[in-house]
Amino acid sequence: MSQQPRRRRLEVEDSGDVAVVNFVDKKILDEQNIQMIGDDLFRLVDELGRRKILLNFGNVEFLSSAALGKLITLNRKVQAVRGKLVLCNISKEIREVFEITKLDKLFTILPDEQSALQAF
Amino acid sequence: MPDHPAGEFVIPSDLEAARRVQEEIEAVVKTAFAEHEAFAVKMAVEEALVNAIKHGNQMDPDKSVRVAYALKPDRFDVRITDEGPGFNPEDVPDPTAPENLERPCGRGLLLIRYYMSEVAFQDSGRTIAMYKRRDGSK
Repeated sequence: MSQQPRRRRLEVEDSGDVAVVNFVDKKILDEQNIQMIGDDLFRLVDELGRRKILLNFGNVEFLSSAALGKLITLNRKVQAVRGKLVLCNISKEIREVFEITKLDKLFTILPDEQSALQAF
Repeated sequence: MPDHPAGEFVIPSDLEAARRVQEEIEAVVKTAFAEHEAFAVKMAVEEALVNAIKHGNQMDPDKSVRVAYALKPDRFDVRITDEGPGFNPEDVPDPTAPENLERPCGRGLLLIRYYMSEVAFQDSGRTIAMYKRRDGSK
């Protein structure tokens, strides 16, 4: 089975002018999922013109390096429109993945949604 | 489940097939390892499988990936072999170097080396053989 049905992978809510994104999937894992999650995230910036994006990882238990690649590309897109990308609610294990790859230096990572919203 | 579960698969260069292998390995590892160790094995196996399928076999449907694992009393062994041209791990740039930090790929090997106790490449890089010790240390 190579085709998966198109389904919602992100839940986006507005908090003022910040797009607060929750991931529906617990595991941001297989390539196709990552591709679609990436496309949905990029659409926020490229088509919907969002400049302030908060990614809430509260629901995410696992992510691979391919997902990190999508986050890096998203960060670039947001920077290109002089916006801001903030990550929050990341589990201890996933936080470690950001630290090992030194991506904790590239991204703004805050403990919870409340403190993250104040960072915009 | 036997005392020391082990398995061997030959799968197509297909990420869906890789996910099924990943799920079986995860179920076995979870019976014996603490949660953070199981996370570590899962990360390493995921990255190694994706490397084998995408970079090794270049998603070629005519090429296979061989996966063998064994849960031993003190460690979990896994060995993944592709049918690609091989590679030299030394040639992979350091993804944590400032000039590479924003590259969207190239972090798989770093994560594998971090999370596993021992990692070795054989057969010109076509095989990655690695294990995770079960003692709470790296």
